[in-house]
Amino acid sequence: MIRVGLVGLGKMGISHQAVLGGNPGVELAGICDSNSYLLGVLHKYTGVATFSRLDDMLDSAKIDALVIATPSRLHAPMVRAAIDRGVHIFCEKPFCLSTKDGQELAAAAAKKDLITQVGYHNRFVGTFLEVKRLLASNAIGDVTHVLAEAYGPVVLRPSGDTWRSKGLEGGGCLYDYAAHPINLVNWYLGEPRGAGGTVLNRVFSAEIDDEVSSTLYFDRGTTAQLSVSWSDESVRKMTTRLTLWGTQGRIFADRQECHVYLRDGSPMRSHAPGQYRVGWNTKYTTELTQPVDFYLRGEEYTAELDHFVTRCEKGEVDGENSFASAVVTDRTLETMIVDSRHAAMTPYDKTTPVDVQAESARPATHRVGRTRRIRQIANRLIRR
Amino acid sequence: MDRLLFGDNQFFGVNHMSEEKARAQQMKFTDTSAIMAVIDAAYDNGISSFMCTTHDRVAEICEIARSDSDRYRDLTFLPCMPYAHKYANAVTEQGMLGALKQFTPDSGILDAAIRGSTSLARKDIDGLVTLLIDSEMKMFNGLHTPVIWLQNVVTDLMLGLGFDHALRLFADHVRDKYGAEPGFITMNLPMLVDRLERLGVDNPLVCANINKIGFRMSGGMEAYRKALEQHRFRTVAMSVFASGAIPPDEAIEWICGQPGIEAIVFGASSRSNIVSTRSLVEKYWTSAAAE
Repeated sequence: MIRVGLVGLGKMGISHQAVLGGNPGVELAGICDSNSYLLGVLHKYTGVATFSRLDDMLDSAKIDALVIATPSRLHAPMVRAAIDRGVHIFCEKPFCLSTKDGQELAAAAAKKDLITQVGYHNRFVGTFLEVKRLLASNAIGDVTHVLAEAYGPVVLRPSGDTWRSKGLEGGGCLYDYAAHPINLVNWYLGEPRGAGGTVLNRVFSAEIDDEVSSTLYFDRGTTAQLSVSWSDESVRKMTTRLTLWGTQGRIFADRQECHVYLRDGSPMRSHAPGQYRVGWNTKYTTELTQPVDFYLRGEEYTAELDHFVTRCEKGEVDGENSFASAVVTDRTLETMIVDSRHAAMTPYDKTTPVDVQAESARPATHRVGRTRRIRQIANRLIRR
Repeated sequence: MDRLLFGDNQFFGVNHMSEEKARAQQMKFTDTSAIMAVIDAAYDNGISSFMCTTHDRVAEICEIARSDSDRYRDLTFLPCMPYAHKYANAVTEQGMLGALKQFTPDSGILDAAIRGSTSLARKDIDGLVTLLIDSEMKMFNGLHTPVIWLQNVVTDLMLGLGFDHALRLFADHVRDKYGAEPGFITMNLPMLVDRLERLGVDNPLVCANINKIGFRMSGGMEAYRKALEQHRFRTVAMSVFASGAIPPDEAIEWICGQPGIEAIVFGASSRSNIVSTRSLVEKYWTSAAAE
């Protein structure tokens, strides 16, 4: 049994509270929020201990672990307070609004052997896990290009005055929405070499971005194109979708299904029933999702907290979505912000040369990089 | 209660297996007349219980049923509330209190609470909850609503929080004010029925995923089987096809063989699907299973 405290009772916080309540291995030792009305109601009807200051909860509730679901700006100071007291931490995404903070906190937590996890729940979604498994088996060969998308209906008119609409609070489509597909891209491809052509666009908001588009560059010429909007009414709820092209096939995945096209050269191709065959394959969430003991809104929310709780019980410092891995996403987001300030664009006007020959539109990179080719030739010579 | 209840997920872009299919269905049912044509097909095939969310579009269907009361004399509505996305989006946009304000616009209850002059200030939620239930029920005015369901996202949220009073309050208000049977939709049936029993909610209606492959049957197949055998509640099975993962014949044969199932809720987008599901149920549902 581990004693858990929870700070931040917004949509995610309340949801985490319920999921923790459905876990027999957890004793909810306290909840903390600045909204005294909400605290009062929850205390009256559920009997849970309540705190209006995090320090008070950390000092008196004797917790082993803290779940942080406050506005993003508050993540860093709260994580620091928890580390100081040697408490394991599950922090909602994005981890920190500054990479510097994130790196320091990840190092400080590691020094104390604390269990850390960030709420990138898509890594616990069956279909996205399947993509990870496929890539680990090199199913589509070398990945050459990725399209990472997320759309949803959050800001649909010029209004709203919650923390999500404030840039300084860590609101905005980039941190709230784009962080999800970017985190998946980091999971699949690792750290990018850079970002280009980033546009953080306003649609309805006064202060913050509602649309994000960007290109992320990875080693060996692989690129990821991002297309994200939280001002899309046509989708009922947030949808995150990844499409990956490789030299041996293509994968599409959202939270419900996974379509895989394998070419004849794929190492995953098989004739066995239920296995991937050459051509199109479809797998659904009904097949790919591991059952959970308590369900609310999606298996992934239970799975991520179960993972965290199990790690705390067993003292496993290594695990999915550690602070260190979330810092990679924070840093990718920051790189994109810096890139967006360049506002680099090749003009389409009188200054554009009009005598560029189409044949000179040569690709910038090659699948097999020059150094790799030299190494191949050298190896061949050595073998001779 | 009828053995077959007609659900509405297919009309509003809810498909637990495929976002693409969900969107295709949403396109197909952009016009309410397209929805009505399918409801008519179900109704004309003897399926007269419509288990529906409190979606804005359902209000239009209610209006049609009211305006042609001769034709729809036997049509009953089994409302499922709340339509959660409406609230979730409002909370994201306006915060928790802002959202409450939006959904109780004329009551002034929230302002009064902030001034500290009402039961709300004493953290008494009864007034607020019954107000929200009543506002969701407005669209069904004058229609027959023998069962009123609490959506699984709320049932399971309250279950996880240990907010038992809200479950009890819902059951009482639905019985007292609407003379309806309270129903609870859940993804955690074994845990819920234990809780409801402890709360003294007598013989409640419970609707949960029950299917051959155990999809979204949290707590596990074995716990479901035990709960069903003990039969301390009235069961409506949903997702019997596991969103299409189980072939229809196999799915219906299996569900009809389970103990204590009182009804099945299913969705269909065409007359032919309705007819084939109905004939499968007639084929497999023996009198023993329906007892």
